[in-house]
Amino acid sequence: MKYLCLAYYDEKAFEAMSKPEVEALVSQCPPHDAALRASGHLIVQASLGASRESMCLRPRSGKVSITDGPFAETKELVGGFFIIEAKDLNEAIRVASMHPAAHLGETVGWGIEVRPVEFFQQE
Amino acid sequence: MRATVAAIYRAESRRVFATLVRLLGDLDLAEEALHDAFRAALEQWPRDGVPTNPRAWLVSAGRFKAIDGIRRRARFVAIEHVAEQVDALADETAERDDEGIEDDRLRLIFTCCHPALSPDAQVALTLREVCDLTTEEIARAFLSAAPTLAQRIVRAKAKIRDARIPYQVPTPDELPQRLDSVLRVIYLVFNEGYMASAGESLTRIDLSGEAIRLGRLLVELLPEPEAMGLLALMLLQESRRAARTTETGDLVLLNDQDRSLWNRDQIAAGLALVERALASRRFGSYTLQAAIAAVHADAPSADATDWAEIVGLYDVLLRATPSPIVELNRAVAVAMRDGPAAGLAIVDELLARGNLDDYHLAHATQADLCRRLGKTVEARAAYGRAAALAQQGPERRFLERRLAELEN
Repeated sequence: MKYLCLAYYDEKAFEAMSKPEVEALVSQCPPHDAALRASGHLIVQASLGASRESMCLRPRSGKVSITDGPFAETKELVGGFFIIEAKDLNEAIRVASMHPAAHLGETVGWGIEVRPVEFFQQE
Repeated sequence: MRATVAAIYRAESRRVFATLVRLLGDLDLAEEALHDAFRAALEQWPRDGVPTNPRAWLVSAGRFKAIDGIRRRARFVAIEHVAEQVDALADETAERDDEGIEDDRLRLIFTCCHPALSPDAQVALTLREVCDLTTEEIARAFLSAAPTLAQRIVRAKAKIRDARIPYQVPTPDELPQRLDSVLRVIYLVFNEGYMASAGESLTRIDLSGEAIRLGRLLVELLPEPEAMGLLALMLLQESRRAARTTETGDLVLLNDQDRSLWNRDQIAAGLALVERALASRRFGSYTLQAAIAAVHADAPSADATDWAEIVGLYDVLLRATPSPIVELNRAVAVAMRDGPAAGLAIVDELLARGNLDDYHLAHATQADLCRRLGKTVEARAAYGRAAALAQQGPERRFLERRLAELEN
């Protein structure tokens, strides 16, 4: 079973951090990232561009409407994702807990949403 | 024979169900298999006699009925998939020792109280699957519509299946957090019965009784200090039930209760559990709250209560779990120890901070302390605010009565 893990952050709070604060936070990440990779459960991991680089496509009166910005207007945005292989939700929780966003960045809205994924069959 | 089967159903059905969930890997399949097994018992036992181990018989009958069912439905799905499913079921050794079966009941509790389910769903599913209450009974107990509740349970089961919430007892390093979630569900059920949050209490199923039964089962299966602490807390609170309201359903405050009405058996059981939990040195907030309730239970009257001990316990509780509600309760104990002025100073400061604005008991406490200090104008205003916020009939009537007394 595969689980998609969405790593959230509060973009405004994060951008308001000073350079040394960001560095202090980022410097604590590598041991967590290393543990996650070493678990053998990680399939893919990626970091997303800033929300101002995103745009949304929606159906509007039979046409595709294009607007700028993220899909939902919320404080917390997805900043990265990773997909893991786990036998059940408890194992998925254990593996996803290794990610830095489960331990660090409390004041800048870090956190992880874990969702089961059903992949479509490739013909 | 019907009576024998009914008695075995009452005593064993949840154990059999919990094991069938493990063997079949699905709550709905297990429910169906359980009913098939009891139907088979009603047919066969009158003819063949009651088996020596009815529980093992029922588990094995349920399992075979489920395999039959899967084979019957096989016409509609790919054959290799069915073979796989049936093999998996047939491979399982159905008879395990009793210890294994008790593990199944614990698995069921932890699955129903999994933190990936919403708190409402955890409560509904636990009452449905662990306590065997019907959907209608649960809906009535929580004053919600049966279809809403049924849908909540269906969604929770779908999530267990689709997100693969496993049928497991948590590992030791996961246990503290997962146990918290189980204890919270049990205490929520208890409080819903004890302090019915809205409406007049009448003909609702005894949720406090269900919660105590659940608490006992948990302590029996998993004697963790906080599980004992919670059971103690519930027993000590429940022991005052008969003294908490008048015959007409009006509220009687702790200090004014007729203590001869307190249930001594529940108090004795509660006190013993608190001692065991405290002796473990691994206790938490439920045990501390139970220890506070135990000081009250030990005291012959409000005046003869060891208020200094209670304030001390609240200090420890505040360090373990800081919360404005605990601070409010501590203020009441300080008022009993040092006089109403000392308590009022804390309550005023708490209300000034603003996070208890909507909590009727904060205003009710302020009102009571003002009343005792002869500050009638302030007391009246605070009783008014408290009465406007109170949701529950007896509490509102109590506050309105106090307000009326002050106006005369």
